[in-house]
Amino acid sequence: MDRMPAWADAILVPLISLLLAALLSALVILAIGENPVEAFRLMVDGALMRSTGWGYTLYYATNFIFTGLAVSVAFHARLFNIGGEGQATLGGLGVALVCLYLPWPHWTLALLGASLGAALFGALWALIPAWLQAKRGSHIVITTIMFNFIAAAFLNYLLVNLMKPAGQMDPATEIFPAATHLPTFQDMFATEASPLFRGAPGNVTFFLALLACVAVWLLIWRTRLGYEIRALGHSESAARYAGISPVRIIVITMLISGALAGLMGVNTAMGEAERLVLNATEGAGFIGIAVALMGRNHPFGVFLAAILFGFLYQGGAELALWTSIPRELIVVIQALVILFTGALDNMVRMPLERVFAARRRRARRTPAE
Amino acid sequence: MNFTKTLLGASAALALSAGAALADPALIYDLGGKFDKSFNEAAFNGAQRWAEETGGSYRDIELQSEAQREQALRRFAEAGFNPIVTTGFSMSTPIDNVAADYPDTKFVTIDGFVDPEAHPNVKSILFAEHQGSYLVGMMAAMASETGTVSFVGGMDIPLIRKFACGYAQGAKAVNPEIEVISNMTGTTPAAWNDPVKGSELTKAQISQGSDVVFAAAGGTGIGVLQTAADEGILSIGVDSNQNYLHPGSVLTSMLKRVDVATYDAMQAGADLETGVEVLTLAEDGVGYAMDEHNADLVTEEMRTAVEEAKASIVAGETEVHDYTSDDSCPALTF
Repeated sequence: MDRMPAWADAILVPLISLLLAALLSALVILAIGENPVEAFRLMVDGALMRSTGWGYTLYYATNFIFTGLAVSVAFHARLFNIGGEGQATLGGLGVALVCLYLPWPHWTLALLGASLGAALFGALWALIPAWLQAKRGSHIVITTIMFNFIAAAFLNYLLVNLMKPAGQMDPATEIFPAATHLPTFQDMFATEASPLFRGAPGNVTFFLALLACVAVWLLIWRTRLGYEIRALGHSESAARYAGISPVRIIVITMLISGALAGLMGVNTAMGEAERLVLNATEGAGFIGIAVALMGRNHPFGVFLAAILFGFLYQGGAELALWTSIPRELIVVIQALVILFTGALDNMVRMPLERVFAARRRRARRTPAE
Repeated sequence: MNFTKTLLGASAALALSAGAALADPALIYDLGGKFDKSFNEAAFNGAQRWAEETGGSYRDIELQSEAQREQALRRFAEAGFNPIVTTGFSMSTPIDNVAADYPDTKFVTIDGFVDPEAHPNVKSILFAEHQGSYLVGMMAAMASETGTVSFVGGMDIPLIRKFACGYAQGAKAVNPEIEVISNMTGTTPAAWNDPVKGSELTKAQISQGSDVVFAAAGGTGIGVLQTAADEGILSIGVDSNQNYLHPGSVLTSMLKRVDVATYDAMQAGADLETGVEVLTLAEDGVGYAMDEHNADLVTEEMRTAVEEAKASIVAGETEVHDYTSDDSCPALTF
């Protein structure tokens, strides 16, 4: 009865939250003596008005799409996977092993192989927490976050002791062979006359992320497995009564979730750095939670939210470059957006629901004038 | 703000004639951040000193993500900044990727190495951290009464092992029987800024008998030095002179003159000489800090011994093993 129309739920609520976050950020910027209008203009100009800016925005967005999808798939089964960070770390390792130790004739095949490697490693990293949750009832939030640290330590050990070329200071693998380098937007769209996307890290993996969005949509709403995942998420006892095995669904959902998070490694390791660096995920696994929340666990919402966070990251970089707004404050601005769109969602939603309910009541009282 | 507007407007034009209009230097800090009281802050201090002495201005950025490394290099180069000074070894690969696109811009990588044959517009500045650590290791061993000294590293990477290995060699040169405990704070970049964990490690080392602790851990070292002061043992700072943090408790600081390297690069400006430069004890690129805060802690005997060792290392008579030369350490196992 007191439900809002779908468009208000999906668009109006996030939009108002965003405006509130922007307003508060403007006040913060004002308080440290910078001009918020200039700052916003700089962010838009740097992230959206130049092709290179788009190259960066979409690069970050690609990461967030993968981790956001990972979180939302798990959410549909009411599993809170906060281990995207660790699964993406292991995904990166999968990419590195595939690219370094297998001979690839062409990047298309390498992309296929690396995606499989990334998904496999990410899925395996989610398997143990999934099994512990399904069989032993160990809470997935605790186990997945602990696995993040194990993943970081494991990768550190491998890079420092085994995979680092001798004599190199940086704990990173050697550069992947040239045949595995993915085409960047520059390679794809730039011509002699118009050098688009110069130096930007955005690459073909972005389209892989778009495919993943479609695939997740198909999975959740158009397959039997997706139905079972949602059924389990709504009520475990009802799902059990309907003959759905919770153990099976929990494990499968987490495997899919881990695989999606792992795919992020293709973008960072193969697309951008063209080698595996220690700090490749840098928090994208956690941003994925905010992206999923904001995107209402729908692939299209995740896509839009990921673009927004990509814009915030790239715009934040522009602010850091050309103003004296300190780095910590840029994090504050990003955090405000997460806070308002994620945690404080009900603050906007409930008054809005009341407004819509009041309008509906009035409409009922005066029918068809 | 007007300045930025002109900059952005002009950046496209400047890309073609890089270095022609603006020749201010730029400084890029590594992920640890500008005010880490240690490595990056040393670069900031050098740049500040240059700005104050010459009245010049420079632009700096604290990186937030890996992808920003190349981005910051390109944007600064396109805007005509010259030279572009960077801190941290992680910048060497991005510079390697970018340098050829901006042949008129000089890049400086402090702690990183870029092949000078491939990129004639890059200067790599390296430090002999093992030599400086050797000297403070000697001082630690001479100051220790329990026969146990310790080391707290930041992230477990080869560079930090180089510090630890030099330190252990110095300590064992004074007292072959000495026990050297070594702990790393963590395996993620968070280990550079975790003073609480640093404090815990120090307490654990004290319970194992250590009475001198050397911190090479960026911001984490603040917790190590604090705990050492609270628990009444001696500590050794790193990179910048940290003696002032706890007078009477910080025995000395292993200086790595990142500030001087930054100052010199900015001073030279666009005419900077490129190539590879290794700053050792001989150039005072590394060393140990003496000031009024630790004058009472360092005995005459220590100073003489350390100065002798320094002369001997400079003369090439004493060889300090560099961990990164073969990824192994004769004095310490990791």
